Amino acid sequence: MSILVDQGTRLCVSGITGREGTFHSLRNRDYGTQVVSGVTPGKGGQDVDGVPVFNTFHEAVAATGANTAMIFVPPRFAADSILEAEDAGIELIVAITEGIPAHDELRVYTTIQKNGRARLIGPNCPGILSPGKANVGIIPAAFFKEGNVGVVSRSGTLTYQIGNVLAQRGFGNSTIVGIGGDPVPGSDFIDILALFEADSETELIVMCGEIGGDAEERAAEFVADRVTKPVVAYIAGFTAPPGKTMGHAGAIVSGSQGTAAAKAEALEAKGVRVGRTPTQVADVVASLLGAETAGTLP
Amino acid sequence: MDLLEYQGKQLFARHGVPVPEGKPAQTVEQAVAAANEIGYPCVIKAQVQIGGRGKAGGIKIAQDESEARAHAEAILGMDIRGLTVRELWVEGASDIDAEYYASVIFDRSAKAPLVMLSTKGGMDIEQVADEDPESIARLHVDPLVGFQAFHGRRLCFEAGVADDVVRGVGAMLAKLYDLFVAEDATLVEVNPLIVTPGREVKALDAKVTLDDNALFRHPDSAELRDLSKEDPQERMAKERGLIYVKLDGDVGILGNGAGLVMSTLDVVAQAGGQPANFLDAGGGAKAEAITSAVEVILSNPKVKAVLFNIFGGITRGEEVARGLIEAFDQIKPQVPFVVRLDGTNSEEGRRMLQEANLPNVVSETTMDGAAQKVVELAKAA
Repeated sequence: MSILVDQGTRLCVSGITGREGTFHSLRNRDYGTQVVSGVTPGKGGQDVDGVPVFNTFHEAVAATGANTAMIFVPPRFAADSILEAEDAGIELIVAITEGIPAHDELRVYTTIQKNGRARLIGPNCPGILSPGKANVGIIPAAFFKEGNVGVVSRSGTLTYQIGNVLAQRGFGNSTIVGIGGDPVPGSDFIDILALFEADSETELIVMCGEIGGDAEERAAEFVADRVTKPVVAYIAGFTAPPGKTMGHAGAIVSGSQGTAAAKAEALEAKGVRVGRTPTQVADVVASLLGAETAGTLP
Repeated sequence: MDLLEYQGKQLFARHGVPVPEGKPAQTVEQAVAAANEIGYPCVIKAQVQIGGRGKAGGIKIAQDESEARAHAEAILGMDIRGLTVRELWVEGASDIDAEYYASVIFDRSAKAPLVMLSTKGGMDIEQVADEDPESIARLHVDPLVGFQAFHGRRLCFEAGVADDVVRGVGAMLAKLYDLFVAEDATLVEVNPLIVTPGREVKALDAKVTLDDNALFRHPDSAELRDLSKEDPQERMAKERGLIYVKLDGDVGILGNGAGLVMSTLDVVAQAGGQPANFLDAGGGAKAEAITSAVEVILSNPKVKAVLFNIFGGITRGEEVARGLIEAFDQIKPQVPFVVRLDGTNSEEGRRMLQEANLPNVVSETTMDGAAQKVVELAKAA
């Protein structure tokens, strides 16, 4: 098993005719993902290397049975596109777009919660990869292989860095989920932790957090109450000064709120091991899984 | 982006939130002219984004022209906790019967706007929250429904606002909420919100933070400046579309992806170094962007060594190498560079760097090793 994306994923890409949209859609297809359709208003009837393009999500869903959407349109159109996918009955929406206004995200998040039919991952995220099964987004799949470590992260490249260190030590992944670096992510750590907890393939969960907000603190509570599998965490931004946005819109220490130290402390207080460098995270994973799977350590 | 008080008040005025009449000034003469026009007594206020302006002597009442001149001369150029005062706001003095606190904030945890009201205005609200949390009325608003009149009444009665201004305070809260949404703000704070002896309700201060991602919808706001905070490197980076934050140390840093760059700063700090900046070259950075980034990093004279930490996903190793080679060709840097290239096409990139044989460039294979090396080099410099 894996979570969120697998062989049953039928992907429709909003913005498939754009340069980035085309490139990543075809890369996802090359990986084995079923990319069944795309949406670009006004370009219905065309195709992108054989993938049919529709004017609306509703047409795309009706004609191709898409159950997953990937959003690649520019920020000013993204909220509209996500809401269209939700309205058309798509169950999983993965929003890659960076730079969506926070108030737009708030409206989208509230609408999706209220209707209760779809799950949103992102925005401003690298997507979801279930190695060997499906890749939806921009995660460079070559660095990851199948395995039993679930990864959930607010950052893209940091995930590649940690995934790569793990791979070098022989560990693979059930699924890698980028939840994105924006202030109002469609899904939070706790949503993904719950899915990994229920996934039979996942034996250990790595969560990569960063400064800003309190998602890591809430995740710590959730892990203590609801997660039986070992969780190893990493937090980026110990050296970030307050009041400065560190690249991601959501990565900002506001006054004394949202510091890396507070997050690490909250997690450790609930028994989550926190690596101080990406390499240390891999060390901890190796010590935990090495012992459990091999059973050779004293 | 954080607005100065007067920029916030101008936004308030546009949305019908009552504020005292005032004018901005960048020189003593402008301040005196503004004071004469507004009339006396008036208040001369330093425009810097930091608390404790009053205590630092940055807010003074002038009874006549000579006082206005003296205060403006004293405050312009004054240093308030590291910020130099470059602008003043001159406004009519207000008679105060009561001081309240009101705010609308973007509550990330609840994923909803949070409106707060308290009758304990005029002091540090975090302190009030610590000492007397019950005195702050709080209410989340459903963004799909918006702020309704009953929200205002509930907050007013719960906070214990004087009966005869419930309507006025409620109306101000509604306008502040409208501004919060219409201007794509993430924070709107009024402290103090005053009640005058004539029972008027006015915003005596304004703290507004706007969402940078929404500035495309607000071209006027996008033009606003805070002269006290402008930094040459940050301005240069912004003009080139780079994500750069200046820090206090001497190790220049470039990476790709916000999380990886933050992590790089941390690893450098753990190795005993002090980062000079955060610079995210972004996903898929091309050679020109890398060259441009090197220029920005080196324009900070404190930089003694530079670390490149690239884990290529969409970013390709050979593009990074080409950018660095180009930068050396154009700028001829005098400080040592440590380069760690991993991920997509990193072998090609490393090979190109080796062949180019750049002076003072060390290649490292791991992030930890690269951090240690750059700290060593910065200390030796």
